[in-house]
Amino acid sequence: MTTAVRPVNETGLQGRIAAWVLRNRKPAPREIRLDRRNIYILPTRYGMVYVATLFVMLLGATNYQNSMAFLLAFLLAGLGLNAMWHTHRSLAGLRVIRASTPPVFAGQTALFEYVVESDDGRLRPGLVASIGNDLPVAFRVPENAQGRFHLALPATRRGRLRPGRFQIYTRYPLGLFHAWSWLEFDQSALVYPRPLDSQREMPSGGGGQDGAARVGQDGEDFTGLREYRPGDTLKHIDWKALARTGDLLTREFTEARGHDIWLDYLALGGLDPETRLRVLCHWVLDAERRGLRYGLRLPGQSLDPAGGETHRDRCLERLALFGIGD
Amino acid sequence: MKRKSPRPAHGEPLLTGEALSWLLAALAFSILPHFLNQPPWVPALTLACFGWRYAVLRRGWRLPPRWLLTLLTLIAIALVFAWYRTVVGRDAGVALLLLMLGLKLMETRHYRDAMLTVFLGYFVVATNFFYSQEIPVALYMVATILGVTFALVGLNAGERPPRFKARLGSAGALLLQSLPLMLILFVLFPRLPGPLWGMPQQARAGLTGLSDRMEPGSISELLTSNATAFRVSFETVPPPAAQRYWRGPVLSRFDGRGWRRDFSGAGQQLEGFGEPLRYTVSLEAHDKLWLLALDVPSETSEDATLTPEHELLAKRPVTQLKQYRVTSWTDYRMDADMGALRRTETLRLPAQGAERARELAQTWRAEAAGDEQFIARVLQHFNQQNFVYTLSPPALGANPVDEFLFQTRRGFCEHYASAFAVMMRAAGIPARVVTGYQGGEWNALGEYLLVRQSDAHAWVEVWLEDRGWLRFDPTAAVSPARIEQGIRGALVGDETRPAYMLRSGLWGQLRDRAEMLWDSTNYFWNNWVLGFGPAQQREFLRRIGLGHIDWAGMVILMTVLMTISGALSVLVVLLRRRRGDDPASRQYRRLLKRLRRAGIEHAPHEGPLDFAERAAALRPDLAEELRRLSALYAGLRYGRVGDATLVRALRSGVARFRV
Repeated sequence: MTTAVRPVNETGLQGRIAAWVLRNRKPAPREIRLDRRNIYILPTRYGMVYVATLFVMLLGATNYQNSMAFLLAFLLAGLGLNAMWHTHRSLAGLRVIRASTPPVFAGQTALFEYVVESDDGRLRPGLVASIGNDLPVAFRVPENAQGRFHLALPATRRGRLRPGRFQIYTRYPLGLFHAWSWLEFDQSALVYPRPLDSQREMPSGGGGQDGAARVGQDGEDFTGLREYRPGDTLKHIDWKALARTGDLLTREFTEARGHDIWLDYLALGGLDPETRLRVLCHWVLDAERRGLRYGLRLPGQSLDPAGGETHRDRCLERLALFGIGD
Repeated sequence: MKRKSPRPAHGEPLLTGEALSWLLAALAFSILPHFLNQPPWVPALTLACFGWRYAVLRRGWRLPPRWLLTLLTLIAIALVFAWYRTVVGRDAGVALLLLMLGLKLMETRHYRDAMLTVFLGYFVVATNFFYSQEIPVALYMVATILGVTFALVGLNAGERPPRFKARLGSAGALLLQSLPLMLILFVLFPRLPGPLWGMPQQARAGLTGLSDRMEPGSISELLTSNATAFRVSFETVPPPAAQRYWRGPVLSRFDGRGWRRDFSGAGQQLEGFGEPLRYTVSLEAHDKLWLLALDVPSETSEDATLTPEHELLAKRPVTQLKQYRVTSWTDYRMDADMGALRRTETLRLPAQGAERARELAQTWRAEAAGDEQFIARVLQHFNQQNFVYTLSPPALGANPVDEFLFQTRRGFCEHYASAFAVMMRAAGIPARVVTGYQGGEWNALGEYLLVRQSDAHAWVEVWLEDRGWLRFDPTAAVSPARIEQGIRGALVGDETRPAYMLRSGLWGQLRDRAEMLWDSTNYFWNNWVLGFGPAQQREFLRRIGLGHIDWAGMVILMTVLMTISGALSVLVVLLRRRRGDDPASRQYRRLLKRLRRAGIEHAPHEGPLDFAERAAALRPDLAEELRRLSALYAGLRYGRVGDATLVRALRSGVARFRV
């Protein structure tokens, strides 16, 4: 079973065409380069009106045998063809790189950030990104610099929210042609359960089990790993992990203080599973806010009591992905 | 009922205030020339709509409600109808187009409406050409097209458009790149001969030229006009000035006062001697059928008729500039055998009038040994009696021929031709008046002959046994300078002359030179741009060896050429990209060039940082700056992110770099 959300409408004509055209394309891990293999172009309805205008102009020019009107009609015909190439060119050579996607709570809006660069440093105005039926997002790539845009998707359910396929399109410069590209990244946003204040009392400490916390070198409790940030002391870098995976991680420690509480799924009898997760989510946030040391127990897994944002996020992640094949 | 404003279509760009302002400005610019072509209220009302729309945008005025807009539309149609008594045709159509454009802007709320007004704007540009295709108008329209295209780019540049200069640059580049396609289409697009639905009457207004009748005073209007009648390029040697008689309408019927064309319908013969002259005439529109040709034409490229009077007539009135090739004989025998009917017609005089002239002619004919001697005596009479060539002769009364011959004795070509022909007929010699042009101004820059309306002329043809119709020019007897030097030479003393004939001295000569240059530019424009029609297209294809190409062939050739030119421009762009034509590389190449001048050569395999070290070792004084600029360049070129400020830093660094 998968609860990953695919919001793009696949039943519409365009969606079906997209599905057929893209049937062999795999989602990109990190970066997509737009070139003639993945850019599509069609005239807009204004392009059609433009052609009709030219046709009337040609009729007038023929009737009056008016050379200047002929020249104008032919200049505009050339302009239209040229605009096709320019519209194509304002997408070609763009590189779209997926950037950060902060986790959100269910009911909030997930923001997917993308960075856009161009191969040649040309200014690319009038770009639009659009996903599903949502409002299109206008952006541009300045000269010799990066552009960026955010796609907003409503996160309705906990789990991993995949944006699926989205479009980047442009009509620049003349609006006569619509050039677009379908993009899909292998990415997702983590959606935590929506916190629920159930009026149930959060378990208080005291009844704690041993906790089995390892003692760190500095007499502090090891609480977890997080991404390396400049300024972290070298002593705390997880060198083994670096050697194994190549990721630069910092080990986090917190000083032991107060007593531990356990936030337990099984303790919330009488509620359906999703509601239990929502209550647990509320408790995690609450406990962290109050500076408590808390552990999380879910059927088949548990996180030992600790504190700090990293610990909180690990707890929330467990809640988000509980029961979902990852 | 309150109507909701139409919603913008999904996914369409927003219409920004700035884009709309520029659109209004560009459209207003395209409308201005119509103040010359339309009654002023039409463009004025349109501009008033523009002003209202602008006030909505900047001053918080309100757009008119729908009912008012409908009412205004009906009023506009009624006004146009009241003025023109029609709503179709060129003038009424343009008036409607302008007013509708103005009213469309009054309901322009969204991108969609704005786009439609842009297309209307392009159309307004085209309508300007239906009034004038002169070079200044064309230049103005080039600016207008750039403006409208610039506004169109602005509409499609998104909510954060590039700067003014960048947008103008894109519009200009788009248009420049479209020029090759325009030329290919202009030359090869299959042309239909027009008109498709008829030329509106108004298009013919204000054209001057020869008429099919000659009354006293009818030519004098032309004689004071500086306007161009036609221009001629010769393939052979141009004829000497005295032989530059350009044949127009031939007038055979005399009613006592004026001369008219006559339709005799009989056949014609022409026997030429020596070498014929071949040339191309580029005739200005005059709304008549005459195709002017050197006396006497025998063949023409154009689909034209040669009448029994040896006139060249087009099938339709010449309402646009027309080009045609002609072959003429200047040494000829014309209609040596003439039918009895024609003979009678060209001898006929009205029962009344010109009694003294008839009497004199009959007396002299009786005294003369033959027709030739009689003709010589009449010419001598014009030459030796006190006849004066003048453009402002006294008015003539009921019996113009006698009054002219025996009282006023002042006149110009039409008086002399008329009197001479009457005397010939009175003496039993068939005679007719030929109108046309005489002379022309040689333009040495463009190597062509410019014939103006002021060169209009009338002379006489007389039919003699065995010799056929022979040309006699009684005006030449009075004023030989008129024939040898043109009309400028004929007028002496305090004669009232058209202003353009008064120039002399250095300033006058400079003006003449400038005029010659301007006229030859116009001639080029006429020949290669305005005159390019179906016939010229065929001629051009024939010259490049594609004489037998048909429509399908032209379309294929056109497509192939367009593809080639498109591929070429793509190739240029790709090559530039391969060369590394980004701003950073350009600056780095500048730096390398400066170092090369100092004798430090960059090897192709060297990366920027290695090269910087090597160069720094050679020139320690420059080391620091070299390292800094090379690092900047390497960062921009090979780093992942470009940055406008870094490019600027590199540019200014390279600019300051001195070896």
